[in-house]
Amino acid sequence: MLAWPFVLPFLIGLIVFLVVPCIGVVVLALTDWQLGDSAIRFAGLKNFVQLISDDVFRRSFTNTMLYAAMVTPVSVVLGLWLAVTVERSSIGRAFFRSAFFLPVVSTTVAMAVVWEFLLHPALGPVNALMSLMGLPRHVFLNDVRTVLPTLAAIGIWENAGYNMVLFIAGLKAIPNDLYDAAAVDGAERPWERFWTVTLPLLGPTLLFVIIISFLRSFRVFETVASITQGGPQFASEVVLYTIYREGFVYFHVGYASALTVVFVALLLILTVVKFRLIDRSVHYQ
Amino acid sequence: MLELSGIAKSFGSTPVLRGVDLSIEEGEFVAVVGPSGCGKSTLLRLVAGLETADEGTVSIDGHEAGDLPPKARDVAMVFQSYALYPHMTVEQNMALPLVMRQLTRVERLPWVRRFSRGVAEKRAAIRATVRETAELVAMTPYLDRKPKQLSGGQRQRVALARALVRKPKLFLLDEPLSNLDASLRASTRTEIVDLQKRLGITTVFVTHDQVEAMTMASRIVVLMEGAVVQTGSPQELYEAPTDIRVARFIGSPAINIVAGRVDAGFLRMSGISQIIGRVDKADGVVQVGVRPEQVTLGNIGPGRIAATVRHKEFLGSEVLLHVELAGPGTPFVARYAVDGPSPPVGAAVGLTLKTDRVLLFDAAGQLLPVGISDLSSMRHDATLAEAVG
Repeated sequence: MLAWPFVLPFLIGLIVFLVVPCIGVVVLALTDWQLGDSAIRFAGLKNFVQLISDDVFRRSFTNTMLYAAMVTPVSVVLGLWLAVTVERSSIGRAFFRSAFFLPVVSTTVAMAVVWEFLLHPALGPVNALMSLMGLPRHVFLNDVRTVLPTLAAIGIWENAGYNMVLFIAGLKAIPNDLYDAAAVDGAERPWERFWTVTLPLLGPTLLFVIIISFLRSFRVFETVASITQGGPQFASEVVLYTIYREGFVYFHVGYASALTVVFVALLLILTVVKFRLIDRSVHYQ
Repeated sequence: MLELSGIAKSFGSTPVLRGVDLSIEEGEFVAVVGPSGCGKSTLLRLVAGLETADEGTVSIDGHEAGDLPPKARDVAMVFQSYALYPHMTVEQNMALPLVMRQLTRVERLPWVRRFSRGVAEKRAAIRATVRETAELVAMTPYLDRKPKQLSGGQRQRVALARALVRKPKLFLLDEPLSNLDASLRASTRTEIVDLQKRLGITTVFVTHDQVEAMTMASRIVVLMEGAVVQTGSPQELYEAPTDIRVARFIGSPAINIVAGRVDAGFLRMSGISQIIGRVDKADGVVQVGVRPEQVTLGNIGPGRIAATVRHKEFLGSEVLLHVELAGPGTPFVARYAVDGPSPPVGAAVGLTLKTDRVLLFDAAGQLLPVGISDLSSMRHDATLAEAVG
């Protein structure tokens, strides 16, 4: 009985801000409600049927998968490499750590503006550099072929630092004795040490980082909303941006809710599958 | 076999080793012992090649090894934490030193043995060696287990086996017993000594526990504040410590050290009029060292040092009596090995010292190479009455 006063504040918050909205979204997904409508009509699975044949959604889902497929592996490997390199370096460790972590703490929208300037066809230093090297100027963010890889590069830049910090935490938990033992046992080249000790002992961290990176890249929104708005010709349309536009621009709340439900369900399935696959080969201490 | 000369090492501005010279013969079992922080682990790591010395040379088997990486030194080491690879089975742990040495980088790849008969044969040979070594430490039934599925003692055996599997020139042990419980420690001590005798591998054993050093090693090196204080057999260190720190460190229960004086050739403990004996030494302040077993307890009487029993420790085969010397109240420990009841707490007792075994140190703590002769042998000495009076 005494427990209730302690649990209740949290429980109320949980119900009001998590459970009710979740149920709300599922319920709304079954209606054709638009923001401002005075009447709500039950629409059954109409929204979901529409969603299957919706070209924009299919496009945005494919784009999101492609984006995640580019960002997750590269940002994980890069983060691991940065962590190992920074931790082994004898000078400027704190500087490099903060420098690579900076993209994580800075506001993505503000950073997006910076990237837009960097990649600007006329004013940006990237294009200036390319023309210096004799390459033609390129409008990275306005080309159907390059816009998604460019956004992915920004995403990698943003995620790698975050992953680096997680890997550094994992590296610190590896006892030094193991490296000493490995050196005496004959594994003394950096690469041998990495395969014999670092990578296997980083297993649980690696699993966590892969899942987190995947989820983070699947939720890409800020860069798309502030730089490309899904264009050109839906080439950078991603799921969250589609949901945002349906819900907050067209006010199709019912449809946006259906998109959300499908998005979350897919995310959940992909995460579980991934976790199962990797978990088998991870060693826990 | 192993030759260290003038080894110095500092971490930052803290000197850890200050000019260590040490020479170890083929097949010897040497213990490096000292209180924590004396630099003994650093010394071992220097020999293994995990640290480099600021000054001095390390040579193994006649070859200068100062700049060689650990792999090239052909030494094996057992760590205090055992440092087993947690993701590998016992068999893989033990095989790693062989795999790293006998297979090339390409041959080590997991699928290569399927395609190359040479590699498959090498792997089979490694497997056979691993099994043989596992037999040596009775770990054969556990080859498929991971370290976390083993008890502390079993992990320790795996660490030993991993070190022995490639028959190294030099076997280094860094406090390998300190993570074991007391009974296991005692049995493991004998096992390691047996194993070393059978294999004849030159072994350097680092420990802070003087009992381990005394019971296992054929020679002990006492390291204190980064320098070798004394080297010798366990018996030498116990009976003739050259330095008061060695005397204090070696032996359990610890030696009694009491301030004393030499006056006209007669030795007394300070504050006690009773003469201990005659010394051939100039007058001055000394420190008197008496091992607890070199004290005989009896009733108070002439020629005996009066004391009061303050506390008793019953150890089964013997009783340790903590007494307080009458007069200055100096604490003193005596071993009471006589059958029958020991004097109760509070009882007044008389102590007799085995005069010829008493150790004398000068004020700086160095052993004074002088014999102490019993007064009874010179009862009729003319000066005696004078001195006692």
